[in-house]
Order: sequence, then C-alpha cells, then structure tokens
Amino acid sequence: MFYREAGQYKTTYAADLAVFPLRQDRIGIAVIIFIAAVIIPYFGSGFLIQAVMIPFLIFSLAAIGLNLLTGYTGLLSLGTGAFMGVGAYACYKLTTYFPDVNIIIWVIASGFFSAAIGVLFGLPSLRIKGFYLAVATLAAQFFLSWCFIRQPWFYNYNASGAIEVPTRTLFGIPITGATATDNTRYYVVLVIVIAMTWLASNLVHGRIGRMWMAVRDMDLAAELIGIRLLRTKLLAFAVSSFYCGVAGALLVFLWYGGAEPAVFDVNLSFFILFMIIIGGLGSLIGSYFGAALIFILPIVLRYLPPRFGIPVQSATVEHVQFMIIGALIVFFLIVEPNGLARLWQVAKQKLRVWPFPY
Amino acid sequence: MRAPSERDIKAGEVLLSVENVSLSFGGVKAIRDVSFDIRKGEIRAIIGPNGAGKTSMLNVINGFYTPQKGRITFKGEARRKMRPHQAAEGGIARTFQNVALFRGMTTLDNIMTGRTLKMRSNLLTQLLRFGPAMKEEVEHRQFVEEIIDFLKIQEIRRVPVGRLPYGLQKRVELGRALAMEPDLLLLDEPMAGMNLEEKEDMSRYILDVNEQFGTTIALIEHDMGVVMDLSNRVVVLDHGIKIADGAPDEVKHDQAVIDAYLGVAH
Amino acid sequence: MDLLYKIFIDPFIQMGTAPDLLLQTLWDGLVAGVLYSLIALGFVLIFKASGVFNFAQGIMVVFAALTLVGLHEHGVPAFLALGITIAVMLALAVGVERLMLRPLVNQPDIILFMATFGLTYFLIGLGEVVFGSEPKVMIAEQLWLPRGAIEFKMGANGFVALQKIDIAAAVIATLMVIALAVFFQSTRIGRALRAVADSHKAALSVGISLEQIWVIVWFAAGLVALTTGIMWGARSEVSFALEIIALKALPVLILGGFTSIPGAIVGGLIIGVGEKLGEFYWGPLLGSGIESWLAYVIALIFLLFRPQGLFGDKIIERI
Repeated sequence: MFYREAGQYKTTYAADLAVFPLRQDRIGIAVIIFIAAVIIPYFGSGFLIQAVMIPFLIFSLAAIGLNLLTGYTGLLSLGTGAFMGVGAYACYKLTTYFPDVNIIIWVIASGFFSAAIGVLFGLPSLRIKGFYLAVATLAAQFFLSWCFIRQPWFYNYNASGAIEVPTRTLFGIPITGATATDNTRYYVVLVIVIAMTWLASNLVHGRIGRMWMAVRDMDLAAELIGIRLLRTKLLAFAVSSFYCGVAGALLVFLWYGGAEPAVFDVNLSFFILFMIIIGGLGSLIGSYFGAALIFILPIVLRYLPPRFGIPVQSATVEHVQFMIIGALIVFFLIVEPNGLARLWQVAKQKLRVWPFPY
Repeated sequence: MRAPSERDIKAGEVLLSVENVSLSFGGVKAIRDVSFDIRKGEIRAIIGPNGAGKTSMLNVINGFYTPQKGRITFKGEARRKMRPHQAAEGGIARTFQNVALFRGMTTLDNIMTGRTLKMRSNLLTQLLRFGPAMKEEVEHRQFVEEIIDFLKIQEIRRVPVGRLPYGLQKRVELGRALAMEPDLLLLDEPMAGMNLEEKEDMSRYILDVNEQFGTTIALIEHDMGVVMDLSNRVVVLDHGIKIADGAPDEVKHDQAVIDAYLGVAH
Repeated sequence: MDLLYKIFIDPFIQMGTAPDLLLQTLWDGLVAGVLYSLIALGFVLIFKASGVFNFAQGIMVVFAALTLVGLHEHGVPAFLALGITIAVMLALAVGVERLMLRPLVNQPDIILFMATFGLTYFLIGLGEVVFGSEPKVMIAEQLWLPRGAIEFKMGANGFVALQKIDIAAAVIATLMVIALAVFFQSTRIGRALRAVADSHKAALSVGISLEQIWVIVWFAAGLVALTTGIMWGARSEVSFALEIIALKALPVLILGGFTSIPGAIVGGLIIGVGEKLGEFYWGPLLGSGIESWLAYVIALIFLLFRPQGLFGDKIIERI
C-alpha cells in the first residue's frame, strides 16, 4: 500500500538508471541519514557512539571493500586484515613524517598505499584462479602481519611494538588522540563512510561494476566481450584494498587510538569475510547488514544477560559468540546463500504487495 | 522462410579466411589442415557430424584455441595466436552452445556488457556517475533498447537471466553479441534445444541481422532445413577434415557428405 | 655484494661446517612435515570424495585431542577415552553430514567451503565452552607412546637428537597412509569413494548412497585428525594455536595437489623441511619468524609455474 511504484513512471533513461528509482526508497535513505547524522549524536550515549556506531561504520567500510573484490568480482581474499593494516601503518608513518598535513588527507592517501599492495598481491590472479588465489592473499596476510610485528620501522621503534595515535586537528578541532570527543570522531567517520559508499555505489552500478560481475560469473565469456581480465581483476584488488586501507586507518586513528600489530591478523580477515557472507555477497547494503550482525551480536551477548540477572563470564561469552556466529553462517548458507541482503529484498517485495499476499 | 533458390552466393570480398589450420589436444587431432573462407555479408554454415571439430573451429577463430599449424586472416591481418579479447576488439562476437550468459545479472545488464568495448569512460568519471559517465550510460542504454526491441525481449529486461527459459536465454545471448556491433558473428548451434516455432523465430532474427545490419555470420547448426534455408554457402567437416565446400544445394547432394552423415566408413 | 654473499654463500657454508645442526634442522623439518602431511591428508580425503574443502580440518584436530585429554582429566582411563573419542568423531561426521552437507548438496563448492568456516568457528566455540581454553598436556604416556630421545654423535663435537615420539609419529603416519591407500584401491567402499569423487550424479545412478559415503569419509578424516592431534599434542601441547597452524596445510595441498594422497605426504615434507631450513639459515637475515609466511610464499611461487600442483590433474577448460 505504501511501498508501491504506482504513479511513478520514468520518462527518461537517466531516470530509469537511478540507483533508487522508487520515491519511497529515496525517502528511506534520507531518513536513515538524518537519523545517523542528527538523532544519534544528539540522543545517543557516549557508549553507543564509541563502542557501537563508530566501529560499525568502519567495519561496514571494510566489508564493502572486501565485497567489491569477493562479492562482485568473485576473487576470494583472506588478506583483508593485512590490507587494513597497511592503511593504518601507512597513515601512521605519513603523519609521523609530515605532522602538519591534515590527517584526513593522510587517511585517504594511506588508501592508495594499500591499493598498491593489493595490486601487487593481486598479480598472481592472472594465472591462478578461484580458490587457489585465496592462498596468495594468505601469503600477503601472513607476510604483512610479520612485517608489522618484526620490522620496527613500522612502529617507530617503539619498545612495546604498539603504536599510539598522536593528536591531530581539523579546522582547529581535535579529531584524533585523547582529546578528540566521541561525537567529533563519529562525524568524521560518518562523512567518510557515506562518501565512500556513494562512490562504491556509482562504480557497481556502471560499466566497471558490470565488468566485475562478468568476470565473476563467467570469465571466459567476459573475455569474449572484450573485457581484459587482468586489468579488471587488478582494478578490483586496487579499489578493494583502497577501501580496506582507509578502513584500517580509521580503525586506528578514529576508534582505537592506537594499535598492536596483532589487530590486523588473519582472524580479522575472517571476521570481515563472515560479514559479507552473512550480509550478502555482491551487495553494498549487505555489507552493512553483515557488519551489523557480526559486530553488534557480541555486544548484545555481552551486555544483555547481566540485564536479565544472568551472570556470564566474559570469556564464556566470547566462546558462545563463536558458536553462534559459526552456526549462523551455516544456517544462512543453507537458508539464504545470498545473505541478509536477499532477505531484505524479499521483505521489500512483500512490502510492495502489502496488504495483499501476492 | 525463404526457398533455397533465392539465397545467392555473395560475391563480396573475403572477411575471414582459415588457412591450413590444424589443431590437436594432446593426442587428439581435432582439426586437420582445414582451409575455407568467409565472405563479407554472407551467412556461412559449418556443418558436420558430431565430433567433426566444428566448435573447435569457432574457438580457433575466436582466439580461445591456438592452432598448432596454419593461420587465420581477418580483415586483412594474418595471425596464428590471438587472445579472445583481441578477437572482440577486432569485431568478432560469438554465442555458445551452452549459453554463456552472466547468471548473476539481468537481461539488460547482460546486453549492456556487450557495449563494454564501446564505452570509454574511465574510473574517475565512473566514480562520479553524474556527468559524462551517466551520459554515456544513457547513450548505450538507448542502443541496447533498440536491440531489445529488435529481439522482442522487452518484458524480461529486469529478470535475472538464470531464471529465463532456455530459448529466451539464447535470444539474450544473441542480443549481447549484437550489442558488440560485430563485423563477424559466430553462432554455435543457435537452434539447439528449440521447438519448431522457436527455430522459426531465431531464423528470422538471424536473417534480419544479416540483412538489416549487414553482419557476416558463421553458424554451426545441425538442423539441415535451417542450414539450407539460411545459408549462402556451407562448409562440411568430418573428423577434423573438410569434405565439402559450396552452395547448400551442391553440398546436399555431395556423396562424401551423405556418407559422413550416414556413418559409412571412408 | 656483502648482501649477496650473506644470501647465497654464507648459509651453505654454515650447513657444511656444522653438519650436525643441518641434520637436526632437516630432521625437525621432516617431523613438522609429517604433521603437516597428516593434516593435509584429512583435507584430501574429504575433498576427494565430496569436493568440499574442509577448512575445519584444523579445528577437528584440536577438538579430537581436547576430547581425548578432557575425558582423561575426568578420570576416564586412557584407552577407553580413546574409544569414546573415536565415537565422538563418528558422531561429528554424522552430524556434519546431516546438518551441513545434506542441506547444501547442490550448492556450488564455494558455498560449502564457506560453510566449513562456520563449522570451524562453531567447533572452536564449542571446544572452548566444554573444555576451557587453557592449553593441556597430551596423555602420551598413558597411550604407550615412547618418550625420550635417541642421540648420536656427529663429527667432533656435534650431536643430533631424534625424539622417539617423532619417530613414532613418522611410523604411525606411514602406516596410516598405507592403510588408507589400500582402503581406497581395494575395498568396495574405497571404490565407491573414488566414484563419488569423480561424479556425484553418476555415483548416485549406480546406487551409491552419497550420505553413507560422506559419513565414512568425514569419519576417516576425523580419525586422521585424532591421530594428528595425539602426535602433535605429544610433541608440544594441546591448544587452540594449532588451529592456525592448520592453515599451513593449504600450501601443502597446493604443492601436492588437492586430490592426491602421496602428494599430501610429499608436499608436507617439502614444506616442513623448506620452512625449517629457511628459518634457520636465512631467517636471521630478515628478522626471525619468517616461518609464519615462508610456506605460503613458496606455495605462491609454485602456483605461478604449475597451477595444478605437483601431483594434481592439469586443468583443461572445455568450452
């Protein structure tokens, strides 16, 4: 009844090609952005912002990055953690050497470093296909992890091996370091994530997105059409790693405030991979869904039982959370291999015909 | 469908010529010293019993396989080794026996991928979508819509191709090939698995493509009626060797061809 | 120049002047290699018969070992605990077949692969909840596994120490491989397994029950995992760290091919030796710990030249 396209007809191809052709969708997006930008910072507690919203956005960004590579282009990558690490450490070194340059510029620049590394480890994709390629990304993951731990240059020869984020400002307001407030950091992350999501959306809805999906679906036929496989795959690696690199830099600079090299290990790679599996491969909104589920679930598990008076050790919580995530993955793959994104699509479809059954 | 006598042999220039091509896989000789040509603007049928090497022949023309001996001359350029995307850039498009569509995408998107080579916008403009990228998208969308009208597949624009019936999938695949605006269109058993009506439709489309767009067509086909009615010239392969080459009427009455189909040992 | 010397000349001089160290390193490499091979063997079994790349093989090793030790901690005598653990692995195989493989039977391989990720995390969580996450000691003595080492002298001052448990591991691994090879080749079930590996549909059409085969195969992989767990646990300890080490089986499989049992063995030994040699002689140049990635880089380089591995079948794409 509400969610119908009756009366909305398109008279130009341009209108038909819009990402959100339905007016209701456009309104929905506007509402969500309004909530994110106004309601949450104003009414949300510091805990909500710091422990939930900021990391959720950052992980969504990383999930989008991995989704571009694995979901849209079909190249399985287990090196996400390492690529995020490259972004984080690149940003750290850049701001160490050039402390006067605006940190946002360095955050974006570190994405390019990450992209370069991604392309380097993506070169094998010319000869190696499908599953075997995952091994190349594992090589990247373990090698880079080792670098972060064993090459002291990365952490400025700090005795502890960890890095601590210096205070940096934007228009005079501190946005990193101990003095930056939750809300300030939240806004910076929000703006960056929204902007990059928009860019990703433009890419996947256009020629490049189609090229990626063609490579994923049948690379022989894609070659037939004239698509150059290596270039397309390397582009996927580059863009994906760019997103992961920026996410990594944001993770360290605008959330944790510091990092140990262990943060960017293979477990993080799996973490992000699970997000896109559950959220939906080949779907931008799925990246958000997956990040929400995988990230927020543990928080719920940790804080909900005490509310009901059930004493639960934090260690047990973590273990149970592994079990639940594992079971959820299998469950989703059985019930809906296309993840939460498809469930959402189905729900919208039902909504279109509501209140009729079909 | 037209009566055979009305299809003349086109006397145009040679668009593609296969010269002494031999191809083997390991010990199996798929193609043995085959030569023939395809003239501009004609419909050339490649026929022969199963295992004759027809699909391998198309794969060689396409660049998927590199023949051990011989060469292909296309539009005046001779070469032995070619990557498929080079064939595409040169103006060769192709459909497959087993329908090689991109199952994760809709009909519209599939045909739009056919326009990839014609689209020039780079990463930067694509990132921004509005402006030059959008303009280009609309331009090509217009072209693709004409193909959709031509093939009468308007209703299934937004349907993911995996859900379409086989006959429609083949039509979409044809649309994708047409979107490339090819000089040479290779069709691998376009009628396979179709009933009589579908075959008539597909034949009509093939003829229209040839007559309206002037596209040169090479097709592999098993249905003799289709071959006789559609093609200007026919080349017959058997066990990798060319056994006949000429107008459909001549080939139909050639004893070697009859023997090959009837399985007479020779 | 000095750098080139350090990379290409010096390590070999070191190898020559202290042959006992070289032998020790080689032996340590072989020992690690045997264990990698065993893990890879579990992968190959399941992949051969079902096309599923069982990422959970590593955690199955840990889980089996934990079950064994955990039962013993609660007072169950060693060999009874062993029997119960075997039964648990059978139950696991049945559970996996019914709850994971059967519902996903027609899905593409990548989906099944991702399902084994889910299985991995589930088993990690389950193991931690039931048995706790502190490392445990393997009940090697109670299982009549030998202790101590054989030492022999070499040259003037050198000596090489071979742990008896490692020798036992090599022997047991060899026996297991022979048993599996015989099983595959000669028995009716082995033939059925090979049929299923080739084509599910064809196997079904001659009346082979896919479900039974899968249970058998996962159970066999479970037994291999148990053996691996016991051996590895006896050498160091039983902890969840083993799970990450299991990822090392990937390079082994790449070298040896995903469907070849001899390949898994050879691949494992090559990776084990290559890693240890690399770490010992070239590690100090780069900073220690290159073991963590050397195997993957070796596998990667290998893949670039021979994408199907040493023993795998060459992939011919027919269009």
